[in-house]
Amino acid sequence: MDLNKENQVIITVTGKDKVGIVASVSNALAQSGVNIEDIKQTIMQDSFVMIMLCDIKGMGITFKEFKEKMLLLSEEIGMEIWVQKKDIFDKMHTI
Amino acid sequence: MQNFNQSQIIETIEMIKIHHLDIRTTTLSLSLRDCCSSDVKKTASKIYDKILKYASNFRMLADEIENEYSIPIVNKRIALTPISLIGESCDNPDYVYLAKTIDKAGDEVGVDFIGGFSALVDKGFTKGDLKFFEQIPEALSLTNKLCSSVNLGTSKAGVNMDAVLKTADVIKQTAILTKDKDSIGAAKFVCFCNAVTDNPFMAGAFCGVNEAECALNVGVSGPGVVSSAIEGLDKSADFKEVSNLIKKMAFKITVAGELIGKRLADKLNIPFGVVDLSLAPTPNRGDSVAEIFKAMGLEMAGAHGTTMALAMLNDAVKKGGIMASSYVGGLSGAFIPVSEDLGMIEASKAGSLTIDKLEAMTSVCSVGLDMIAIPGDTPNSTIAGMIADEMAIGMINKKTTAVRVIPVIGKTSGQSANFGGLLGVAPIMKVNPYSSEIFVKRGGRVPAPLHSLNN
Repeated sequence: MDLNKENQVIITVTGKDKVGIVASVSNALAQSGVNIEDIKQTIMQDSFVMIMLCDIKGMGITFKEFKEKMLLLSEEIGMEIWVQKKDIFDKMHTI
Repeated sequence: MQNFNQSQIIETIEMIKIHHLDIRTTTLSLSLRDCCSSDVKKTASKIYDKILKYASNFRMLADEIENEYSIPIVNKRIALTPISLIGESCDNPDYVYLAKTIDKAGDEVGVDFIGGFSALVDKGFTKGDLKFFEQIPEALSLTNKLCSSVNLGTSKAGVNMDAVLKTADVIKQTAILTKDKDSIGAAKFVCFCNAVTDNPFMAGAFCGVNEAECALNVGVSGPGVVSSAIEGLDKSADFKEVSNLIKKMAFKITVAGELIGKRLADKLNIPFGVVDLSLAPTPNRGDSVAEIFKAMGLEMAGAHGTTMALAMLNDAVKKGGIMASSYVGGLSGAFIPVSEDLGMIEASKAGSLTIDKLEAMTSVCSVGLDMIAIPGDTPNSTIAGMIADEMAIGMINKKTTAVRVIPVIGKTSGQSANFGGLLGVAPIMKVNPYSSEIFVKRGGRVPAPLHSLNN
């Protein structure tokens, strides 16, 4: 098994653009021991979309706890945050 | 550094969030062949222990996977070896007792449904089968999660018409015993021609006698994903384009099912079985097979052309999905349950969709007459006639067909039955008023059909 792939998650943040989104999300990730490997941002249909590729190998909490933490953060900053293991995207869109 | 594709990620999230892509069911198939004994109490306790041994952390692990991928797993289910086979060895067979034990085990492990209260009588009855049939209505009326199914015919054996008539009695009796809940018991019972042994969908899931000790089978869903993709096409796009688009969407949906199924099977430490690549609707807007027909250009489900639309859809779903999974099985195709599909409900209320049109559609869909409410005073012989017609379509066309009709006691056409949850709301449909009585009471077996000289 490719351990590296197993630990990769995609975090998708969407909502109305405002000051401090990247800062608050990356701060929360740093606190959880999650490493950001890549970030892409774009505006789609007037919405701010930020997609982060992260490595959760060094994460000090369980996946469930991490998701709950991100859910709290999403309510705090008024953005929608999705956290998903990366392999679902790799598999669904390639033969 | 690993790359990722933004548009693919957004597309996936939209599929889940807006178009209701979900894993309809993860079904743990479990053999009970080692649970036979001469005492029904002992048999029941063996069954109970086995279910708890294999499934006690099933729900928790499925929830964990759901969380990891943010894709809903709507139902967790268990499919057992047909109980008629297991209970038959008992000196004191009490199938109702077994049913209650199984239902209790289902409650204990927290699954949504537990299937396999079943019998395979396509060629004839054993003594045990006859006792089993008698006890189905009571068993279904005293349980909540238990689902029951019977196989009445195959393309190789023909159709057991004695069993067809008995099945109509079972349906009616079950409806009567559960009349205070719109006869919901009958919604948990289905009869088949050419039943498949690895189907994860209820009410017909059971673990066939040819299946392994245990396996995890997955049923995917996502009619909303397909209809929204077709809506995005130009109205003048030809069938080649429509069919290719369905194939692409089916591929994506199936891959998601395979991934989730394999991950869950790994966690449960059991083999992965099959992906049933079916488009299964729910009573939510945007999650309807009938809406796919609309997207294709039919004003409403049931309009002339619907059978062709369904045939193409069913075929393209299979073609697209087959590449995405290592093992495809179950029923695979497009389901057309009336009460579980908002577009179908609307079409039948508007008078566009009738039982006769639905019967024609079952010759090209994945299963058969499904979740159709009929007047409570429909004679048993008429129900038997309905079943016989459906068995004929399956037998001659070498496909699985099924009947799940609910005679709603105390109600008649024009009214509705409300089953709640995934089972939805069923407008009660008119049936043909002329009698089938002498025909269905002839009994015996319709001989196996010829498989050449096709026309």
